Amino acid sequence: MSTAIPWSVKPHPVTGIPNAKLGIWLFLASEVMLFGALFSSYILIRTGSEQWPMGRTILNIPLATLNTVILITSSVTMVMAWASLKMNQFGKFKLFQTLTILLALGFMVVKAFEYGGKLHHYEVTLVEGSEAADKAGALKITGHIDHATAGNGGAITSWIRSRDDLHDGKISFVADPPAGSHEHPAAIELAAEDMERLTFFGPHRDTFFAVYFTLTGLHGIHVLGGIVVLLYFLLPGSRMWRTDPERFTGRIECTGLYWHFVDLVWIFLFPTLYLL
Amino acid sequence: MTDTHPNGSPGAREAHGGGHGETSFLWKYVFSQDHKVIGIQYGITGLCFLFFGFTLMMLMRWQLAYPNQPLPWPWLAELLGNIRAPGGVLEAGFYNQLGAMHGTIMVFLGVVPIAVGAFGNYVVPLQIGAPDMAFPKLNMASYWVYFCGGVIMLASFFVPGGAASSGWTSYPPLSNIATQGQTWWLVGMVFLITSSLLGSVNFIVTIVQMRAPGLSMFRLPFFVWAQLVTAFLLLLAFPPLEAAGVLQLMDRVFGTSFFLPSGLVVNAIPYAQTTGYSGGGSALLWQHLFWFLAHPEVYVLILPAMGIVAEIVANNTRKPLWGYRLLVYAAIFLGFMSFIVWAHHMFMTGMGTVMSTFFQTTTMIISIPSVIILTCMILSLWGGSIRFSIPMLFALAFLPMFAIGGLTGLPLGLTLSDLHLHDTYYVIGHFHYVVAPGTIMALFAGIYYWYPKVTGRKMSGLLGHLHFWPTLILMNSIFMPMFFMGMAGLNRRMYDQTVYVHGRGVQPLSLMVSWSAWMLAVAQIPFIINFFKSWKAGEKVNDNPWEATTLEWAAPSPPPHGNFTTLPEVHRGPYEYSVPGQSGDFCPQHARPDSASEGTPSAPPVPAAH
Ligand code: HEM
Ligand SMILES: [Cu+2]
Repeated sequence: MSTAIPWSVKPHPVTGIPNAKLGIWLFLASEVMLFGALFSSYILIRTGSEQWPMGRTILNIPLATLNTVILITSSVTMVMAWASLKMNQFGKFKLFQTLTILLALGFMVVKAFEYGGKLHHYEVTLVEGSEAADKAGALKITGHIDHATAGNGGAITSWIRSRDDLHDGKISFVADPPAGSHEHPAAIELAAEDMERLTFFGPHRDTFFAVYFTLTGLHGIHVLGGIVVLLYFLLPGSRMWRTDPERFTGRIECTGLYWHFVDLVWIFLFPTLYLL
Repeated sequence: MTDTHPNGSPGAREAHGGGHGETSFLWKYVFSQDHKVIGIQYGITGLCFLFFGFTLMMLMRWQLAYPNQPLPWPWLAELLGNIRAPGGVLEAGFYNQLGAMHGTIMVFLGVVPIAVGAFGNYVVPLQIGAPDMAFPKLNMASYWVYFCGGVIMLASFFVPGGAASSGWTSYPPLSNIATQGQTWWLVGMVFLITSSLLGSVNFIVTIVQMRAPGLSMFRLPFFVWAQLVTAFLLLLAFPPLEAAGVLQLMDRVFGTSFFLPSGLVVNAIPYAQTTGYSGGGSALLWQHLFWFLAHPEVYVLILPAMGIVAEIVANNTRKPLWGYRLLVYAAIFLGFMSFIVWAHHMFMTGMGTVMSTFFQTTTMIISIPSVIILTCMILSLWGGSIRFSIPMLFALAFLPMFAIGGLTGLPLGLTLSDLHLHDTYYVIGHFHYVVAPGTIMALFAGIYYWYPKVTGRKMSGLLGHLHFWPTLILMNSIFMPMFFMGMAGLNRRMYDQTVYVHGRGVQPLSLMVSWSAWMLAVAQIPFIINFFKSWKAGEKVNDNPWEATTLEWAAPSPPPHGNFTTLPEVHRGPYEYSVPGQSGDFCPQHARPDSASEGTPSAPPVPAAH
């Protein structure tokens, strides 16, 4: 317990809001600066680079669209949760709060699939003039690894990060379908010594993926943080409803403000990364 | 009233709900949510870090005074070990660690926590007549997150390769390819940034929402205004550094290339070959993000100091501050401008003349409010009957010291003269005049001034004099020579300057700096004795020993949990000293209009309206 803090529940007569609401707005202002700095970095790096991949050609737009819908819906259920408290319907609040959490979890699951796709998608840079380069018809090919064998003949089942993980072995590589088709070409055998670089589509692949993973990752952490807070107010935190309903409603409102902000960040991220 | 003991009035405690759990030592002094306890925690921790950062510097000064000679005491060499000091001689890489960590610790773990965490926390709620900060739990969290950040920074000295060694600025690409200590530095910074974020939200909400009845914004003491502007700077300038920290962490941990350009060559080997990095990043991007924080950061270092000095000057001249509103507007303008001057640290990066001209212009503009603030304070002295108390001595010393620091900054803000001065000891001299003889003196002033509020006792005047005079002289004999060394062309961050002819030329000055720095440490002994001895044995004083007007002096010393026996109500501006027609020479903010003419220190706090 602490001292009785004025305006912790009732709105201040001059500013018209209670302390916590001003606090959350200030916090969001700092968040704007955080993401603003990251977006600015993105612009600086993109304008400074010689070439930049089009997001829509390498990222999964359908999944991202689905996630956009999920997140916007969760913003709606969040508002409903708060409105239910305002209308004194605690049961409905529990329902909408649960829905919000489920949608947030849904977002994370979709995100995990999206990330997983990237982590198992590879790019091979072949040694110039090698037989393999002739066979593949290009120096750089992208696709996935069907199976891999180590130099001693044993199969590699673990996740491959780079050429070193092959231990002088080889991979059977299925290239992506050429533009305008959905047919994968036949798998080709590539030996470790044929490759200059083997990399999955992780953050280190190029600055585009560096930006993609950093921004969506940081946003994902914000979603996770939101889930923790939402769960707290759904379960142990909701006891306050019985002792101090007004304060509890205020807390849900602040949570909601944060949640809408997380939603808004995604609304910016989606076109910036996936469409532009 | 004047002799009210801290917890003397049980009614007050009850009224403010001392509450359960508060009885155990752990909850009362360690995980306390009381802004006063947290303020003291910040203060003590900050002073320890200040001392530690200073110790690192004293080590460096040995190498600079006596290049490549073994340390004077064998036990010291032993303590550092063979890696850091082979044969007793400081190793060059370790010298770099010392420099980087001196800067980091002084700024982020020493001065800011004391100026904002300690003074802000302790004094602001009292000065605005609030029972506590708006979010006591956040306040506690902010201290402990800061504490963890500090522990991480200290621990980094013991990881393989040692602590961060790329300067407090951590410029890539060197910082990107540095040893593990740099990662620790980044993680530590994330903690410190989080802490100051929590703190700044708390300060703003407290000041905006929790002022006592009648305390309008323009009746706030200037110290509170300074803290408010500071809090906005922390709130808005730190996140870009957090962004930069995240990007550098990504570079170091996940192998991205945000700050690594294509074609980087390290030790004659193409970096891509050894690491498989992709390139395509920009080293300058870091500098932009870093200085976007770090320029406002210098105002975070100086604004609270100005606030402290303003309080003490008004109190000891027995006059209202000259140009109070001007001071406030200047501080706000300073806050705004500090966001658009950052690239004056980057004139030498080849970012282009248009950019340079823009930032040169904004830099000249931002010097105007600083000069206004200084001028107001100097004019405040005019015609006052000055009380040369110990706090006032330090505050008076602040004024010319800050002036030297500020004025020597102008040649650095002009592209032409910066060409010559950039990255030399001139820069070191310039900003230290602001932060050491400037801010540190103001912090001492604040400690002497508010000590009676915290403890109910005054610090010794004799020891105060013994502390003040040597400190003032030594601060100058440390930092003044640096201007001349810098103008002679001596680079900063130099392990052994005697390898250059121009370095050997100024080596006598380097000796003078080092000896002054070591003597400065000795000169702090009276302060340390004074600080601890007075806690129990200092002269007992009443609640308002300086006969001051602001609200903190209306509370008992030390203030109980909840601060005021009755919440004060404010009837006038902050500095009503020597108002013509009044009998006393000061009139507290909370004194009722009818009792105003009495203006005695024992004017009782008026019961709050509600
Ligand atoms: C009064 C005692 C102090 C002394 C004797 C001192 C001395 C020095 C010296 C000689 C350097 C230059 C080292 C080099 O270039 O190799 C330096 C760097 C620095 N100092 Fe201090 N300093 C003191 C206090 C402070 C304070 C109070 C602060 C901050 C609030 C501070 C912040 C810094 C910073 C940021 C650097 C730059 C580090 C870097 O190059 O990355 N110092 N100090
Ligand atoms: Cu600057």
